[in-house]
Amino acid sequence: MTTIISTGSVHKVTDRPDGSDLWLTPQKFEAITGFALKSEGFCRDAICVPIPPGRERDLHRRRKINIGGFAALTHRPWVGTESGDTWVLEEPADARNEALRSLEAPDFELPDLDGRKHRLSDYRGSKVLLASWASW
Amino acid sequence: MWQALYEELKGKKFVVIAVALESRGADAARPSIENAKPTYPCLIDVDHVVAREYNMINVPQAVWIDEKGHIVRPTETAGVTEGFRKMNPKTYEMPKEEMEAGAAARRRYLDAIRDWVAKGPESKFVLDAAEARKRTPRFTPEIARAHATFRLGRYLVEHGRRDEGLQTLERAAALNPDAWSIWRQMADLDTVGKAGGPEFWARVAALGEKHYYPPVDMPGETKAP
Repeated sequence: MTTIISTGSVHKVTDRPDGSDLWLTPQKFEAITGFALKSEGFCRDAICVPIPPGRERDLHRRRKINIGGFAALTHRPWVGTESGDTWVLEEPADARNEALRSLEAPDFELPDLDGRKHRLSDYRGSKVLLASWASW
Repeated sequence: MWQALYEELKGKKFVVIAVALESRGADAARPSIENAKPTYPCLIDVDHVVAREYNMINVPQAVWIDEKGHIVRPTETAGVTEGFRKMNPKTYEMPKEEMEAGAAARRRYLDAIRDWVAKGPESKFVLDAAEARKRTPRFTPEIARAHATFRLGRYLVEHGRRDEGLQTLERAAALNPDAWSIWRQMADLDTVGKAGGPEFWARVAALGEKHYYPPVDMPGETKAP
């Protein structure tokens, strides 16, 4: 069993990696990344990342898609344990910079001490001082 | 830290959202929260999601967000100075002038928030879009990788693979050496107290002329060197 953590949600697949390559069915790949493989390339919403000529076989073959190859192609951090049983896929630095450039405050949802969930966007209509702290 | 200010301003469409970057979970944050009796939301962020989303590297840092959800001051030091670096390491006493400078910086920061809440976009503390973009801390590929590595390490610690998890967190700290929140969280998960122990002080000393808390760049502040 291989665990993949992608934008906070945890997925389990029976496929095993080979180095940083992990071949998934298109369905699983889409569930984890939000991207679908189309003739234009890897597409999510209106955005498609074309597959460079010659790279096809590193990215898809025999009806499977290599999520590790996809991460490398799209500059997404793809970090795994030494045994390769647990992986994290993150958004690329450029996408985060682009998002912050819009000056739209990234939304998030977190619990309070009682476990009640709060979203930043619940407080739209008020000015928000978003402040970090820690006990350490 | 924010309770008096929040009580003063809460009728004016203003809220504080305090986020505890706390991988040991709610119980680690509980004593401080129960002691401060805050009436504003105090959220527990075991995975440092907010640090990742806003590119924070230390506590306390803050972001000002307006009524429409737009950032008007990106991530910056929130009303603290680094006077603690002049603390007597044996007695934990701080020189009087550092105490006073710290208290004054805090007052100025709180006054800046009051001004923003009163005047909105007309406040001199609100940055225009170009300036806010310029001050937004940039993600590098290493920083993005540090966040992913942190997430992995945290997951391993949570799932009973403590040693491997701590090693992974150490790698995350090395990928983003400016992120005190990664190193200190790793140290805290290793042993409670280590985040403020001798290794921490050695790291602070190694900063030399560099800042631990970069001074906030606001009208009324001396410009950072």
